[in-house]
Amino acid sequence: MPGLQGGMSARRRYTDLGMRGLCWLAMLAVVIPLCSLLVYVIMQGTKRFDFDFFRNLPRPVGIPGAGMANGIVGTLELVICGSLFGVPTGVMAGVYLSEYGGKGKRFAQVVRFLADVLSGVPSIVTGIFAYEIVVRPMQGFSALAGGFALGTMMIPVVTRATEEMMNLVPGGLREASLALGVPKWKTTLMVVLRTAQSGIATGVLLALARVAGETAPLLFTSFNNQFWPSSPMQPTASLTVQIFNYAISPYEEWHDQAWTGAFVLLIMVLLVSLASRLVFSRSKQTIF
Amino acid sequence: MSTEVQEAINMEGSAAAEPSMFLDRHSGRGDRMFHGVAMGFASALPILAVAILVVLGIASALCMKSMGWGFLVSQEWDPVKENFGAAAFAYGTILSSFLALLIAGPLGIAIALTITEFAPIKFRSAAAFLVEMLAAVPSVIYGLWGMFVLAPLMRVYVNPILVKCIGKPFFDGAGTGLCMLTAGVVVAIMILPTVMAICREVFDSVPVALRESALALGATRWESTTLSVLAPSKAGIVGALILGMGRALGETMAVTMVIGNRALISPNLLGPSDSLASAIANQFTEATSSMHLSALAELGFLLFFITMALNMAARLLVWATATRMGGS
Repeated sequence: MPGLQGGMSARRRYTDLGMRGLCWLAMLAVVIPLCSLLVYVIMQGTKRFDFDFFRNLPRPVGIPGAGMANGIVGTLELVICGSLFGVPTGVMAGVYLSEYGGKGKRFAQVVRFLADVLSGVPSIVTGIFAYEIVVRPMQGFSALAGGFALGTMMIPVVTRATEEMMNLVPGGLREASLALGVPKWKTTLMVVLRTAQSGIATGVLLALARVAGETAPLLFTSFNNQFWPSSPMQPTASLTVQIFNYAISPYEEWHDQAWTGAFVLLIMVLLVSLASRLVFSRSKQTIF
Repeated sequence: MSTEVQEAINMEGSAAAEPSMFLDRHSGRGDRMFHGVAMGFASALPILAVAILVVLGIASALCMKSMGWGFLVSQEWDPVKENFGAAAFAYGTILSSFLALLIAGPLGIAIALTITEFAPIKFRSAAAFLVEMLAAVPSVIYGLWGMFVLAPLMRVYVNPILVKCIGKPFFDGAGTGLCMLTAGVVVAIMILPTVMAICREVFDSVPVALRESALALGATRWESTTLSVLAPSKAGIVGALILGMGRALGETMAVTMVIGNRALISPNLLGPSDSLASAIANQFTEATSSMHLSALAELGFLLFFITMALNMAARLLVWATATRMGGS
């Protein structure tokens, strides 16, 4: 039996240890930039973080008390505008895929494939699309155009999330409802969709968090605005575009404000992500 | 099946057949309507895909007509003389994405391995959460960090070392730190979650028995990992890398903020460059002539085509591996 015990050569043992060590090092290599990013956003972002930032409009360099109130409200407005058409479309498409799009259905397979493909469309391309479809015919930048771009980006994400969550609902629930004589559409809406609702809410929230941080599709759809827009048909400021414009400006003061904006944006996005996690952990309890 | 049941009911007599017909007549219409409505919403996706293609095509028609295929090879980009070529931007996009992949690929695979194979169970969800955090950070914030934190670091510490140790032609001159290499690093951090998440999915789909049998034959942990996890996941890993590449190609804001924005074809990674997406982001609102707008739209069209082709290839690969694993 000595062969079994001393069989492993030193080279094999060291390769094993070395490669596993490298894998752990890779983990560390990711933690460092993430920590650096968080530390900088928090340190630089809280320097100018005050009530004025949420209350006031942007001001020229040198005038104290500037804020990004219109950008914060604008981002919310754009996201709401986008989800108004992105969420229903995505949810219904997901319902179709899970309830009517069995394996054999060619059309459902195409939709599924395109949902994956569409979620890979570069956001700047979506911006050009929204520009040509909304901005050009309406002859002006508007919150509507920005919302359209964001909604377009949400559809494939929400579709896949909805399908996944509906598929988690046990078939027995559907059968029980159908056996009671409830028609399929009512079963789908009242039983399946209801059971899956918090899971779907998780997917929707994640999609919201993702598009809230988008800049590229807004650059030439909702554009920017130093003041409060009077209607959704006007150019509208957003937190992200404001951060970008201030970051590439030559002024130290605006750089500071860009960091503060980034801090606020990051907190908004992380809060929504966190909320989605909470909703999801609750949904697990209801389904299983 | 249902027809058999119905026949059985019919044979029982008309009294039993009545309720089922009653249900059919009334619920049938609602079901058909609901099916139709759901299908209508679902067809939004194909419509959207076709619409994006058509709209981009129409928007770039003007430039396509006047520049022809020369658009793809010409390096000149002169809005005043209305002479446009995409080569320099395409070069910047492809090179920066390739650099990003070169960094994020091995890292992503290694982290996915750590999480699925080596880490203690308790640690796994924390690590996954960390990587998810990376994915949640908006790209403009990566850009901000890249501009004000990473670029100065690269300029002061990293670039001089690269110039001294490797030098020309890839590392030449100290530069400003706003360069191709910085863009590659920032994008690498951004695509890491994509690469990692998909690799993890692929590794998780490898049956535990494969690992156990390798270990039982006396393999070390690492040998069992290469033999029974990495080897059968090859196609899936390639898929993950291509998907990461797809994300890198389309990345706009962070790249725009750190790449330096000068369209040059040069092997020097420490010099400024430009990408398809950042050219669009920088010039679209400032373009005055319809020819310039059309040229920018064609850049978008080009970008769309490259990413779509890559994405489709990757999805097919990932699907192929997943179904093969599921079948066995």
